[in-house]
Amino acid sequence: MTTLAAATSTGSPALNITIFVVFVVATLAIVIKVAGGKKTASQMYTGGAAFSGRQNGLAIAGDYLSAASFLGIAGAIALQGYDGFLYSIGFLVAWLVALLLVAELFRNTGRFTLADVLSYRLKQRPMRIATATSVLAVSFFYLLAQMAGAGGLVSLLLGVDGAAAQNIVIAVVGVVMVAYVMIGGMKGTTWVQMIKAVLLIFAVALMTVMVLAQFGMNLSSLMQGAVDKNPAAGDKLLEPGLKYGKSLTTQIDFISLSLALVLGTAGLPHVLQRFYTVPTSKQARKSVEWAIWLIGGFYLLTLVIGYGAGALVGADAINAAPGKANAAAPLLAFELGGSWLLGIVSGIAFATILAVVAGLTITASASFAHDLYNQVFRNGEATQEEEVKVSRYAVVGIGLVAIFGGMFAKDQNIAFLVALAFAVAASANLPTILYSLFWKRFNTRGALWSMYGGLGSALVLIALSPVVSGSETAMIPGADFSIFPLANPGLISIPLGFFLGWLGSVTSKEFNRAKYAEMEVRSLTGHGVAETVDH
Amino acid sequence: MSNDAQPLGERYIAVQESEEFGDLRRTFRGFVFPVTAFFLAWYFLYVLLSIFASDFMGTKVFGNINIGLIMGLGQFVTTFAITIIYVRWAAKSFDPKAEALAATITTIDTPEAKD
Repeated sequence: MTTLAAATSTGSPALNITIFVVFVVATLAIVIKVAGGKKTASQMYTGGAAFSGRQNGLAIAGDYLSAASFLGIAGAIALQGYDGFLYSIGFLVAWLVALLLVAELFRNTGRFTLADVLSYRLKQRPMRIATATSVLAVSFFYLLAQMAGAGGLVSLLLGVDGAAAQNIVIAVVGVVMVAYVMIGGMKGTTWVQMIKAVLLIFAVALMTVMVLAQFGMNLSSLMQGAVDKNPAAGDKLLEPGLKYGKSLTTQIDFISLSLALVLGTAGLPHVLQRFYTVPTSKQARKSVEWAIWLIGGFYLLTLVIGYGAGALVGADAINAAPGKANAAAPLLAFELGGSWLLGIVSGIAFATILAVVAGLTITASASFAHDLYNQVFRNGEATQEEEVKVSRYAVVGIGLVAIFGGMFAKDQNIAFLVALAFAVAASANLPTILYSLFWKRFNTRGALWSMYGGLGSALVLIALSPVVSGSETAMIPGADFSIFPLANPGLISIPLGFFLGWLGSVTSKEFNRAKYAEMEVRSLTGHGVAETVDH
Repeated sequence: MSNDAQPLGERYIAVQESEEFGDLRRTFRGFVFPVTAFFLAWYFLYVLLSIFASDFMGTKVFGNINIGLIMGLGQFVTTFAITIIYVRWAAKSFDPKAEALAATITTIDTPEAKD
């Protein structure tokens, strides 16, 4: 079987490395050209809020179509068929929450970080601390997923499965990412994301056409091909339930996952941060509109890529490859177009990881420097120069954390790891965002209970889940303290976040009438946005 | 800063309590809340059918295309449709009201120079 050969020595390592280096050098050159030099806080965190809605929509697609979307979902559909498709649907429908309820109001009431919005009419200090804590936690999980993807991808390309080689790759990704952010700030990162989005969508569209061409441009025949290649799963590949239909526990896990996916996006700090890179709420709306078209179109294609990998590469070969499910898309590229297509697709996937990781790092470092360092430790008295300097140190720190975390998480399915980040974001951030924007009675106690309660319960439930211990694929093999049966905590922790926000609010009398009026008037009319941006 | 006699905070309160602002808020919530309820209900209907009625979802309609796939693609269609409808609605029914109201909150301050 050619596919089995592909799994052990995939493509030409020298060619792959060359393509990687070309990608990195080219994007770094662009970053230096568009965004080199000294920066103000606004330039560092939001690119001066000077992007258009269309540009930002493209950058959002670049940011959101992460390694999880491309490698993870393709692998999930290839191996689990229909159940993998659910990821795409949840990831897409989630954008309606952002479009209808969050994006515009969020743009109108904030400037640099998520905490700007959440502390608007509540007590500054405790809200800044809580928000920064949550932002750093969500970013950490998301970073883990991306770094794990990088390790798996490159080990596949170099034909090595050794831990040391993968760790070196993860370290290289971390270092390059830090370079992007340090040199380019948000402007440079946005350009990398836009370029990467175009390349990724183009590459996936090309692969889709190539796959369909082998099946007479017929989706039904393609699906038959996937079924024929995987007799163990058979027709079950086309129906829901192959992975999640086994027992009541897995069925409930599926519901939990669905909830986390659909409510997570509008609570992801690095997605919210992108709304600050445009000047007005109308441009924020336009950003989401573009993002939905690009992301939706892309996910439709992943259906073909996933079943294509199942039909042309086969589940056995995918499972045998280093990186397992995450290797499905690169293996399909090799099957379709040999070493060259594999090298190009992998280079794009690598650029994807870099761009996403850079976006996450900016968001996390902005939160650290703007919310924790300036507003909390320095009572808002630090100069812009000092704040930007601290954000640069934070970038290096986050890079180190991402590198070491990625080394730990490298064998997990990355779509799944990202789903955990979504669960944490939906539990800790979304309730407070929605309450702040829509509920008059909301106050600081409600916000703090909701954020710490949502975050804490999500983290504790993950720690006690089969993801961490007590299963074959656990992060800590050998140990078993998994008393919580679900792999995704969303079903418990998201309602709990909402409930605690309500409970805390109704038991506290705090209410800032003037700030509430100011926030609501601004959020709906856009009044004062120019002023918020400029000074 | 403002030369108006009324302090900033009170002016925002006055706007918030005005008839026009109440109308703007009703317009906005009257659209986004029902639409959100609809797409979430439709999404969870799809999720629940997928997990508890997988045989039904596996019913083939033509070739290998089954009800589950059609409903899944239906989620894409509704997402795209809601996006189009919302963007048109906002431009036609929401933006003019919001802009008119923003224009009446004049002289709160003048934008400073760009950084």
